[in-house]
Amino acid sequence: MSTNLLIVAFERPAIDWHAVAPEIVLLSVGVLITLLDILFLEKARPYMAALSGLGILATAIPLLTLGIDGTERVLFDGAYVVDNFSLVLKAIFLLAGYVVILLSTNYIVDGDYWESEYYGLLLASLMGMIMMASSRDLISVFVALELLSIPAYLMVAWRKRDPKSNEAGLKYYLMGVFASAVMLYGMSLLFGVSGTTVLSEIADSIDAGNGSSSVMTLGIVFVVAGFAFKVSAVPFHTWAPDVYEGAPTPVTAFLSVASKAAGFVALLALIFVGFYELSNIWEPLIWILAALSMTVGNLVALRQTNIVRLMAYSGVAQTGFMIAPLAVAGHSLSTGNQALSAIVTYLAIYAAMNLGAFAVIITLARRTGSAEIDSFSGAFHFAPGLTVAMTIFLFSLAGIPPLGGWFAKFEVFRVLATSGETWGYLLAVVAAINSVIALFYYATIARKMWADDPSEKDLNNIEVTPSLVSALAICVLVTLLFGIFPQLVARFTEVSLLAFGV
Amino acid sequence: MDNLLDSWGLTVATFSPLVGALVMFLIPKEKEYEHKIIALITSLWVAFVGLMLLIWFDLDATEKLQYVVDKSWIDAIHSRYVVGLDGISLPLLLLTVLIVPLCIVYSWNHFPDPKNPKTFLILILVLETGMIGTFVAQDMVLFFVFFEVVLLPMFFMIAVWGGPNRKYASLKFFLYTLFGSALMLVSFLSLFFLTGAESFVFSEIADNVVANAVSRTAQLWIFGGMFLGFGIKVPMFPFHTWLPDAHTEAPTVGSVILAAVLLKLGTYGFVRIAIPLLPDAAVEWAPWIGLLAVIGIIYGAFCCLAQTDMKRLIAFSSVAHMGFVMLGISTLTDFGINAAIMGMVAHGLITGMLFFLAGSMKERYHTLEIKRLGGLLVQAPKMGWVLGFCAMASLGLPGLAGFWGEFPAILSAYNPANGLPVEIFRTFMVIAALGTVLAAGYLLWLLQRSAFGTPKEEFAEDPNIHDATKTEWVAWAPLLALILAIGIYPNLVFRATDAAVDASLTPCLTIDVDELTHEEIESVHCSEVYGLGNHDSDHHTASKG
Repeated sequence: MSTNLLIVAFERPAIDWHAVAPEIVLLSVGVLITLLDILFLEKARPYMAALSGLGILATAIPLLTLGIDGTERVLFDGAYVVDNFSLVLKAIFLLAGYVVILLSTNYIVDGDYWESEYYGLLLASLMGMIMMASSRDLISVFVALELLSIPAYLMVAWRKRDPKSNEAGLKYYLMGVFASAVMLYGMSLLFGVSGTTVLSEIADSIDAGNGSSSVMTLGIVFVVAGFAFKVSAVPFHTWAPDVYEGAPTPVTAFLSVASKAAGFVALLALIFVGFYELSNIWEPLIWILAALSMTVGNLVALRQTNIVRLMAYSGVAQTGFMIAPLAVAGHSLSTGNQALSAIVTYLAIYAAMNLGAFAVIITLARRTGSAEIDSFSGAFHFAPGLTVAMTIFLFSLAGIPPLGGWFAKFEVFRVLATSGETWGYLLAVVAAINSVIALFYYATIARKMWADDPSEKDLNNIEVTPSLVSALAICVLVTLLFGIFPQLVARFTEVSLLAFGV
Repeated sequence: MDNLLDSWGLTVATFSPLVGALVMFLIPKEKEYEHKIIALITSLWVAFVGLMLLIWFDLDATEKLQYVVDKSWIDAIHSRYVVGLDGISLPLLLLTVLIVPLCIVYSWNHFPDPKNPKTFLILILVLETGMIGTFVAQDMVLFFVFFEVVLLPMFFMIAVWGGPNRKYASLKFFLYTLFGSALMLVSFLSLFFLTGAESFVFSEIADNVVANAVSRTAQLWIFGGMFLGFGIKVPMFPFHTWLPDAHTEAPTVGSVILAAVLLKLGTYGFVRIAIPLLPDAAVEWAPWIGLLAVIGIIYGAFCCLAQTDMKRLIAFSSVAHMGFVMLGISTLTDFGINAAIMGMVAHGLITGMLFFLAGSMKERYHTLEIKRLGGLLVQAPKMGWVLGFCAMASLGLPGLAGFWGEFPAILSAYNPANGLPVEIFRTFMVIAALGTVLAAGYLLWLLQRSAFGTPKEEFAEDPNIHDATKTEWVAWAPLLALILAIGIYPNLVFRATDAAVDASLTPCLTIDVDELTHEEIESVHCSEVYGLGNHDSDHHTASKG
């Protein structure tokens, strides 16, 4: 009798299959890879990288048709939304994932690591990110977050014979779980006050007067802190350098771009859809996170001798830049929309230039066998092409026109300086000073590669594998194109979430 | 022809070097000769386009922007691709397109270590795009982009081909200028926001500053940001410390381009953007700019007297000369700014030439330590005479170009624009005039120590020390001829700049109080900073509303 009742009570909600097609395709590819691995064992190994790459490209097809279609699709009572914002971010995730697979191909083979499992996990993590882009509900946000994080914990420890990698994996896991716990506690508080998990309904509840509750404030602070960990903002950044250094470098690239972007997506959805009205709570919080991240990240990066650690701290500083527009986003609806566009623009350009920088690091480290900055000295003599590419990425990260990074930074400055708030101007000045500090270490690397004498004896040109060439080509092209014709990226990143929130 | 030039002239001039650089990028670096030829042809082609632009330029309407192209670029942020040429940009554009081919010719057979002509020439061409672009851009964001584009090639030119201390110098150069331009960008953006303009185009922002009465405080802050950006680039005292290092360490050609064109980007920024857009703030900042300018003149001159290295001496003389230019600008008068533009052109020609000479002497003596030099006139008489000629031009001898930059700039301080403290500027004038004496002192002393006398023992029999070569003459002759031509007939420059400068200044700065009636002055609606009557602030806002 009771089983009968349950069967009757469950009614499958209507599913818009077109809207979830990308997720389904990606899931199928993931399952296929796992099955092939089980069935064919070693025989399937050489095809796994290509297969997962193709899988990602196949996932892009329904994404395109959704983009052309252009209608906003709301599923599961508003818990899962496919709109322009989510489509743009899904595209960024897929492209980043594709480049990471290109980066991994030789690295994983050369290191004699498990291959099939690696790609399976990578796709699973990517799946989490793609879900994150559409999640508009505390529970789906949390599920997506765990789905993207747990495979990442494993991938970080993938160099299993290296204690550093094991340490990194453990550290990342413990810190990640701790952050999840804090966030979950914050979510439970939010649910307690508002009585709902759907973000837009939380916004309604805030409108209805629940916003003044101090429990709500506590919940928001906890949730923001949880995601500050994910995007490695100061003071929640301490895991990043060790994890970046210990992880296999392609995984580091993945974490520094895709995983960070996923954290941002969730933060944006929560703030714009859920708590937009309570800007008096999150604006000061974000202001402090942004100013601290920029300054601490840059100052510590100045002292680094290992390039991966340096990229970790530079990533912290870049997070500060990305998060900065949020500090004035509550000023008005138009400022809010501009801030959102600025952050999405930054994420897209950052993905290209940071992945590119890691591609060069991986390629050069194959030769030098070291990630010490000094080992890259005089790279111009044995790898002129890579040096030029690295120069492009580094100065793009520093924000020098006409490379893509300038437009990303420009958008941040634009939002800060046009909000009309004193705090905005102040943060713009902090950002301006920080972009000079950042230039110091970026330019130092470039100068070492160009001007110093090579420490290597072997001055034959370095060998670059085809997959790395394509990864580099994609990143250079995107970085240059976005810099010279920023309208290309601006067209797609003019998205809005605020129609929901207000 | 005319139509083609109208719609494509400036764009072609700006981006041709980039196309050349791209072609060179695809050719392997072993083919050095091909690289040199492509670079030379590209730069000559750009010079030819520049010449065409000059020929078809309407010199009777220099205040009007000509060859204007207005295309959409980044709609999302209301920034447009707007380029145009008026009398202020024209001389500087021509200076740029002239200097670059000369630099390529000069480096033909002596590329500094570590050679690699391919990369070196590509950097020069990219630099050319940035420089031309800055002079023709009429949109703030576009201007900013080009302004920054020049940083990268110059950084690498110093860092890779520079002297022993090149690493420190290159980074210092880069960091100083970036610091300024980052704050400059914030200023641009706040100005755009506060004016509520529809686009970043200069003329539109200028109209909106007047129409929307941006608050005095905001104007002062924004001008301050621009002041840092442009002032570091000029460089003005006390932001000048990057310049001697950069100049001393840069390869010859790098120094020439740096002195001849790059420094002018800063002063050009004042003339083109800061003053026309924010005249009220300019009036309040001008005495301070003037003060820093004269400090620069005197300080630069004293530093020159103390230098033991010839290249470093020329570098410090740039600080002094740019001080004269900034003094002319700080008077905010038509006369002073015309003098400043003349000063820019003259300094570009003369100091560029001096750096060429320093480079050639370094190649012969392998040192530029002044006390080891001497007797250049004995060993290489023609070069010695050229050095003498340039030293005379640089110290402002009448009849050569330098005079027309320095003398009117000093004179203009006698009668600064409305609203500026006359006594203070006259004091500046006296101090600046003393600066010219010091300039004569250090330049003649340099000439005496390096060219006169007998060669030092260590170099007396050195076969390496010969007179100027053919390529050197090809690179130098146009500069020498122009120094003389402008010296004799300064109208070559003033003809282009005069009307344009006049149009760029608000009437409030230039109207003659004594000749107009009270009502006529009232009708111009000037704010009280110009001291043109007893306006109170209420009245001021009312008249603007």
